[in-house]
Amino acid sequence: MTIILQVQGVTKRFGGLQALTDVTFDLPKGQILGLIGPNGAGKTTLFNTINGVYSPEEGRILFLGKDITTKTPYIHANMGMARTHQIVQPLNELTVRENVMVGACFGHENQNLANAARIANEVLEFVQLEERADQLAGSLNVAQKKRLEMARALASHPTLLLLDEVLAGLNHSEIDGMIQMIHDIRDQGVTIIMIEHLMRAVMNISDRILVLDYGQQIAEGSPQEIADDPKVIEAYLGDPELARKLMEEK
Amino acid sequence: MNLWHKIRGLILPLLAVGGLAIWPVITGNASNRETAFTILKAVALASSLNILLGYTGYVSFGHIVFYGFGGYVGFYLLTAQGYSLWIALLAGGLASGILAFLLGKAVLRLRGAYFALSTIGINEAMKAFMNNFDLFGGPTGITLHFSIYKEYGGVTEALQTAFYIIVALSLIAVTLSYFVRTSKFGLGLLAIRENEDAAEVMGVFAPNYKTWAYVLSAIIPGIIGVLFFFKNGNVEPHDAFPLHASIELLVMVMLGGQGTVLGPILGAFAYQGMRGYLVTSDFFKDIQLSVSGALLLIIVLFIPAGAIGWLRQRSPLLRRVLA
Repeated sequence: MTIILQVQGVTKRFGGLQALTDVTFDLPKGQILGLIGPNGAGKTTLFNTINGVYSPEEGRILFLGKDITTKTPYIHANMGMARTHQIVQPLNELTVRENVMVGACFGHENQNLANAARIANEVLEFVQLEERADQLAGSLNVAQKKRLEMARALASHPTLLLLDEVLAGLNHSEIDGMIQMIHDIRDQGVTIIMIEHLMRAVMNISDRILVLDYGQQIAEGSPQEIADDPKVIEAYLGDPELARKLMEEK
Repeated sequence: MNLWHKIRGLILPLLAVGGLAIWPVITGNASNRETAFTILKAVALASSLNILLGYTGYVSFGHIVFYGFGGYVGFYLLTAQGYSLWIALLAGGLASGILAFLLGKAVLRLRGAYFALSTIGINEAMKAFMNNFDLFGGPTGITLHFSIYKEYGGVTEALQTAFYIIVALSLIAVTLSYFVRTSKFGLGLLAIRENEDAAEVMGVFAPNYKTWAYVLSAIIPGIIGVLFFFKNGNVEPHDAFPLHASIELLVMVMLGGQGTVLGPILGAFAYQGMRGYLVTSDFFKDIQLSVSGALLLIIVLFIPAGAIGWLRQRSPLLRRVLA
């Protein structure tokens, strides 16, 4: 099985704060890796490090076999990595379609404008924003902006997709729609890492889960192994009873 | 069909500029020609500044430095080295383009107010440099020998030629602005303007894009500098790097609508029209710059998108019609 991403001993510090300590994992092609952990555990920092927004103090990151540890985000994008942001980052004064075209034009396929417009229309239909295509992105509501983030990332036809809390702030039916969408994306052969707080969702979707706590990698395994791991339950909730209840929550 | 779709937004801007260019030709009046020259110069400068300010979102308070620097280089070649006007114009544009490239590598890392401040510093530093640079005449500058006009058919002919050149330059500036706006390069610039970090994450090679936007916005001002000093007959540091002219350009772009093709044209027309009225009025003639300052304040507070931008925000239909 091809390994898409290798994270080897990555350590990131902000001044005196140890945000990530010796994080190591391999990600095979086509898998969905769930990334969980309490608030402040370093999940988004790990994304930013993989994505090139930060460069780590120690360790290496290999994407498609190439060392990208110190490369900038646009190099990552050109190589086929795309991400969504936890706090949505729409290009407000551009239309929804133009937002998605940016993804298609400057991602690794480097499409021209005409092709990008065609891809944008396809992707907007997939995320059900086609009726909003000519609206300014700033005028969308939060759920729509989340789908727009997703659409921009997908328009680049990425090899690796980093999803940062795409379910947060959505209602029940929107969550179901988004989960279905993530399944569909994976079926197209895209490898995914997703940060998610919603246990039900992350347990259902992920092939494998990695748990961070205070920047340390405390567990890695199948959803079932993670759910039964007392270390995880303790780090996460401090109370195994409450954990069980949350797992069953609909 | 496809070609029409690509260029239809260019029709209105070109008609506006072309209409103004034909007006003095039809009336045959030299005073009208000078008025048109001033407005077309403003159109070309404002459209150039718009590539950086409107599309890329980087506010430059010292854009006139490219006009002055290019103007100096070209004018020196014309007067001291005996090159033809055509070579001098090209050299002026090239010199400003190179200056923008080098400056861009250094100062375009700065964002927001820091970049804006650095552009003022660059303009003032360049003025001080020219004041002390003996090759370019130091504080007294360079004066053109009248015999040079003979090569262009005498003074009257030379002024007429200068007018045709500014017409061509303003048409080129507007066309360039349009093609940048509608290209993939332009989409990258707009993405940088809206959110530079998000644009980089989507793969926009921001440092290069910003540098090329800066270069494109500097070339035509450099050419215009040479042309204007040729027409004027002399150049001095004080005339070449007037900070207030940079700010007037900002007012024009903001007034008409930053980030649109039509905006800077409309802004240049409106601002120069207003200025023409103010400097001839008894009451306003000494305080016309205060009026532009007040105008800038009003625009920023109430219609930050400018006239065309405001219209474009109204409906998708207007967004399609107004480039």
